[in-house]
Amino acid sequence: MKSARAGWALNLGLLAFLVALSALSVIAGRVWTPINHLGGAHDTRWLIITELRIPRTLLGILVGGALGLSGATLQGYTRNALADPGVLGVSSMAALGAVLTLYLNLALASPWVLPAFAIGGAAIGVVLLVLVAAPAGEAVSFLLAGVILNTIASAGVALALSLAPNPWASSEITNWLMGSLADRSIVDVRTAAPFILVGGAILLTTGRALDALTLGETGARALGISLRRTQLMIAVGVGLACGAAVAVTGVIGFVGLIVPHLVRWLVGGRPSRLLIPSALAGADLLLAADILVRSIPRANEVHVGVVMAALGAPFFLALLISMRRRLA
Amino acid sequence: MTDPNVESLTASALSVRLGGRAVLDDVALALRPSEVTAIVGPNGAGKSTLMSCLAGLRRPDRGSVNLGGRAIAAFGDRERAQRIGYLPQSPEIAWPLDVHTFVRLGRTAHRGVFGESASDAEAVDRALESTAMTAFANRDVTTLSGGERARALIARALAGEPTWLLADEPLTGLDLGHQLDAADLLQRIAHGGVGVVVTLHDLSFAARTADRIVVMAEGRILADGQPTEALNPGVLSRAYAVDARWIEGASGPLLDITGRHG
Repeated sequence: MKSARAGWALNLGLLAFLVALSALSVIAGRVWTPINHLGGAHDTRWLIITELRIPRTLLGILVGGALGLSGATLQGYTRNALADPGVLGVSSMAALGAVLTLYLNLALASPWVLPAFAIGGAAIGVVLLVLVAAPAGEAVSFLLAGVILNTIASAGVALALSLAPNPWASSEITNWLMGSLADRSIVDVRTAAPFILVGGAILLTTGRALDALTLGETGARALGISLRRTQLMIAVGVGLACGAAVAVTGVIGFVGLIVPHLVRWLVGGRPSRLLIPSALAGADLLLAADILVRSIPRANEVHVGVVMAALGAPFFLALLISMRRRLA
Repeated sequence: MTDPNVESLTASALSVRLGGRAVLDDVALALRPSEVTAIVGPNGAGKSTLMSCLAGLRRPDRGSVNLGGRAIAAFGDRERAQRIGYLPQSPEIAWPLDVHTFVRLGRTAHRGVFGESASDAEAVDRALESTAMTAFANRDVTTLSGGERARALIARALAGEPTWLLADEPLTGLDLGHQLDAADLLQRIAHGGVGVVVTLHDLSFAARTADRIVVMAEGRILADGQPTEALNPGVLSRAYAVDARWIEGASGPLLDITGRHG
């Protein structure tokens, strides 16, 4: 019961932080737009706020939340603290799906084609992980399956963009494999939000199954959990949330890896208790990283995906080392 | 002693084939509540397969398991989980939970949509108390010693208030004293009205703990009865290829192993 109260205190704290970051996100950037110094409706800086900053902020919250929640769910399901949609190749598979629509010239047919393909790619990624790695159930087999998926998907993205009638293939490849929140519009928010919200709601219902999986697959089945149903919920939930996120921002890795660890450290290991705080903390982390990249005065803005990789990779390494120590 | 409320658990004509080999071959068994039944036999005899069939976790190729006269395959996942507590061989504990949270996992099949009820909390408290784990409630379950961990696992199963407790090698890896404690605990649970079925390797322990012993070899039941009767020299010779006999010890019969044959 003590941990339940700690959980709610943490949620409130993360939410308060999110509100503060959102406010900062609206005023921070190459052009500072402090609200109290703005003129009337004719001040052009209002345009920056409504057309750029607010969509960017909303997208940061949605995508960060989707990645944090997906990471917490995947870690719970795989019983593997190194699981993350980026590390396991789910995000790259979504990027491959999205890029295929560009290659096949389908993206212009309807605004829903690209997100639908990205969601399909992510869901196929989760299903492959479950089919290939879950029977063995070991951390290493999940990571190897993730390496394979990442390699295949990244190669596929590069190939499709190089073969496509696209003069900017190399910069497009970077855009898809190192995601960014820059220059997105409210249309992107409207495209991604419904999928992310539905996917997130589905993932939140898996808490009981994830808790039971603490006892392993046999243990969970003995407690009356249907593994097949859980796998389906996770494939659909992660597919929708991560697929839609990648469709509008490209691959942003490591949010789902880092966040559940920080949360676990604060509220304990019970997987169901990590879901909501991981979503909130994911939004916090991505928004903070995004504010950071646009505050660095440079001609070209650094992709926020690059910053997350720069933060995440050492974190990943440190985790691996500490896990090895514990096993040894 | 027999509690009429406890639903009977029976297996009839169970057969399981794996990779062309008969792991279970026409096994029939009627288990009785309020007693400890030990299933023994050499490695590969089919003990674990039989246990997971009895727990409703594996569908036999032929035959059926019935719980309270109804085919176990016809039970819903939750319905079945409320009646049968199952401890798998070498159980996994993936996350460092405190013992209280860990034992509460045993209520998974009982919890309603709105979380835990008062009866859930009471069942958890009773399970902790009957396994002498109340004092450990706030300890991290992954850092417990072997004996404490075994009790925490049993508490987790008891929290579900099952009518049957099936434990696959619950004493493996415990030292002598803790094996004795865990065996006593299983006996107490059985005498409290729960049907307890365990697979064991140590025959002296099986004889000491169980009210009834089922000896398996090569997927079949070789003998079934009271300990010294089921584990008679002829059966031991056929099942384990050892020469052994029972001798009278100070605290009961002891197994004296005199040799090994091909």
